Amino acid sequence: MNGGSELIFEQSVPGRCGVTFPPCETERPLEQLIPAGMLRRQPPHLPEVVEFDVVRHYTRLSQRNFSVDTHFYPLGSCTMKYNPKLNERIAAWSRFALLHPTQPASQTQGLLRMLYELEQLLCGITGMAAFTLQPAAGAQGELTGLKIIRAHHRAKRQNRPVILIPDSAHGTNPASAALSGFRVVEIRSGPDGMIDLGELKRHLSNEVAALMLTNPNTLGLFERNIAAITRLCHEYGALVYLDGANMNALLSIVKPADMGVDLLQLNLHKTFSTPHGGGGPGAGPVGVTAALADFLPVPRVRKTGERFRWDARGRRSIGRVHAFYGNVGVLVRAYVYIRTLGREGLERTSRAAIINANYLKAKFSTLVPIPFDDHCLHEFVASLKPLKASGVTAWDVAKRLLDYGYYAPTVYFPLVVEEGVMVEPTETESKATLDAFADAMARIVDEAREHPEWLKLAPQRLAIHRVDEVKAAREPNLRWRPDAKSAVANEASSLQTG
Amino acid sequence: MDYVPNTEAQLAEMLRTIGARSFEDLLSNIPADMRARGLDVPSGLSEPEVLALAESLAAGNRSVRELSSFAGFGAYHHFIPTAVDAIASRGEWLTPYTPYQAEASQGTLQMIYEFQTMISELLQMDVANASLYDGASSFAEAGVLALRAGARTRLLVSDTVHPHYREVLATYLSGFACTVQTIPHVNGVTDLEALAAAMKDDVAAVMLQQPNVFGCLEPMEQAGELAHRAGALFVANVYPISLGLLQPPGAYGADIAVAEGRCLGSPLTAGGPGLGLFAASQELLRRLPGRLVGCTTDHAGQRGFTLTLQTREQHIRREKATSNVCTNAGWLCLRATIFLSLLGPAGLRRMAELSLQNAHELRERMREVGFEPSFDQPFFNEWTMRWPREEHAGRLLRRLERAGIVSGVPLAEWYPMQERDAVWCATEQTTREQMDRLCRAVRA
Repeated sequence: MNGGSELIFEQSVPGRCGVTFPPCETERPLEQLIPAGMLRRQPPHLPEVVEFDVVRHYTRLSQRNFSVDTHFYPLGSCTMKYNPKLNERIAAWSRFALLHPTQPASQTQGLLRMLYELEQLLCGITGMAAFTLQPAAGAQGELTGLKIIRAHHRAKRQNRPVILIPDSAHGTNPASAALSGFRVVEIRSGPDGMIDLGELKRHLSNEVAALMLTNPNTLGLFERNIAAITRLCHEYGALVYLDGANMNALLSIVKPADMGVDLLQLNLHKTFSTPHGGGGPGAGPVGVTAALADFLPVPRVRKTGERFRWDARGRRSIGRVHAFYGNVGVLVRAYVYIRTLGREGLERTSRAAIINANYLKAKFSTLVPIPFDDHCLHEFVASLKPLKASGVTAWDVAKRLLDYGYYAPTVYFPLVVEEGVMVEPTETESKATLDAFADAMARIVDEAREHPEWLKLAPQRLAIHRVDEVKAAREPNLRWRPDAKSAVANEASSLQTG
Repeated sequence: MDYVPNTEAQLAEMLRTIGARSFEDLLSNIPADMRARGLDVPSGLSEPEVLALAESLAAGNRSVRELSSFAGFGAYHHFIPTAVDAIASRGEWLTPYTPYQAEASQGTLQMIYEFQTMISELLQMDVANASLYDGASSFAEAGVLALRAGARTRLLVSDTVHPHYREVLATYLSGFACTVQTIPHVNGVTDLEALAAAMKDDVAAVMLQQPNVFGCLEPMEQAGELAHRAGALFVANVYPISLGLLQPPGAYGADIAVAEGRCLGSPLTAGGPGLGLFAASQELLRRLPGRLVGCTTDHAGQRGFTLTLQTREQHIRREKATSNVCTNAGWLCLRATIFLSLLGPAGLRRMAELSLQNAHELRERMREVGFEPSFDQPFFNEWTMRWPREEHAGRLLRRLERAGIVSGVPLAEWYPMQERDAVWCATEQTTREQMDRLCRAVRA
């Protein structure tokens, strides 16, 4: 059974094609142009379908997705806010979308100005001195930041092999540090979910290159001692890297530079509303203090008078992290968003995001424990541990929420909360949506006690039931394979078209 | 203007439910002296004002559609069928995130499974992942994979690999205990003798590009044999459209195949976002970076799809992960899947043939107006030419720029010996009129 999930390959009929091309005036014989040994012998088994097949197939598939446009998507730490249509419209204009990366600056002054201004806007929002827009995602921003940290210490002729990372950090932090050749040392959070100054002090030494921290942290709490933390690190000659994934909590409230951090990445697909696209592309610009600006990747956009240009020089630069200038299409959307909101809109955004999170937390706190029950910022983490008495896990609750028409919060993260669910409503959800979501959660908590099997079997109301992830991992099936019959058909069609 | 639906009155009501006297109560953890005093950002704008602003910025750009572009260099202007944009602009595709909740993400998951199949087929490799950021990061991740696969510490990279890709590889590898050795070229292709001489038992991988940065076709089969004879991995960076005609990496024994997949249905956008393709042999499956989607069943036995083999990844393995990559280039991966479905094997082949034909036609015409081919090698749709006249090559390019032509990319910055050379490109989008315009401008 395939439950309506027929693959595009299974709709293939030999000899069909969904595109047409203009004729070619003078066609030279292929064998005169390419040596026979270099020519492909077997065409790829791609689907042979017409345009309407493709449109219906991928439209139907789209309807098997929950998305921000269609469902409340309170995925903690991912800031699933509304993605304005205006941003899409402008990014699709050919004078942005159809620029070639090697075009001379004389033909791309508008784009260069936009990128230059975007860097300035991000400086204005964060208080940092300079930005690179090159990193293609948050994790690549982290990698860029770590290379800058390494370059900084090398310039001082210091070998510092250690990066300190709190146990509540995103998994990308330790992975990026390891990919940059650092040794990761984990810092245990204190009983209040925050960095414990004593614990930090114990781990600081002249071996430490930097502390990577997230603020507000992944519990949605502002590190109260941030000033002391950054001061302490600096005393030991270590830098402080801020994972800016949670910037949606801080707009117009705290400029990260004022915390004393030396560098950070921003996730434009989170705070600055560029669409997540089912997993990307995002953008992870990195901002630094003036002391680190020379280490930023090249090329940089420069302004001379009223003219803009790319500058690929940079003796102290860590080098390129992207083939060209980063995810320009994403940067255009973020620029449009920031200019639309402006100073007042940014202020209202974080304020409403924080009120929405606290409001939902207040409603949740009557249902389940909130282990670190302080006022949160943009998100909070609840624990579903009490439901375990009836055999129900956070994973089951997540699946049951799908039945109620809500995407599930992030579960089992951060690791410091048992049976954790991390909820981030964002500012773009209405009070009515939050009320309905809290009601659904209340019903599910009741169900967990009275009908735990409903949760164990969830979801029941979607196109498919719970998928067997264990089987997927045990017997990896990562691609469709044509059976013998269709393989023969494909060969035959290639003979016709060849 | 902002996108907050709750009114100030509602926000105040919500604060009362929270039990806070004011919004400031919620910020009690934040030291007062750290609070921002307003942002250095202009005031917000209405939608018509933003459109006007964006139009004024766009007016400072010229798209390749308005000009005659002959630039490739890793960014190729290919036709995008209308249906790609029509489907991809749907909110159900554009606004979900990584499909952690499989049952509510079957659309994205099945699409990625189809994508993985198409890319495996296109590259003729055993397995492809759900994509990485772009071609350059795929290339760098291939180097990282090779170094982490065993105790070998040397990468041999041909100097005919796109220089930006080699720069990104170097950035990624700073901090690794390894050596990247550049293999020189002879007459536009990797010097096999130099490669053979460099093959030692500490070589983790040999990394080549097909077609290479000069547009020349490399002896991939021989290079791959040299790599394998010494127990090294063979990494091929390829150009997806060319595979409508050229041998795919699997046919010449590549262990890892990477590519920039933007040419499969996504616009140039000044070079980003890209679509990093990454495929490998079965033996390397558990070392792959990035997301993988697998086909499985649900409790009722129906076919279903889910993220799988996640124990390789950062959110599980943290510092022991195969890569720090969190996501993929989901939306471009969708566009590539739609694009390849529309083209099929015949359409892909035709797009490749037209690119090849236009390229050979244009090179002939450029020869007629005074350019000389720099290398005598077969090529697909890019080729390197020298401007041998007395006029400085840079001056010629500026002259062409004024005539609305985006020239081939000058190579002197990376290849001092190629001081008068540029690499030119044609695709199926290149018209006879554009070719005429270029030749007229050169003669003028």
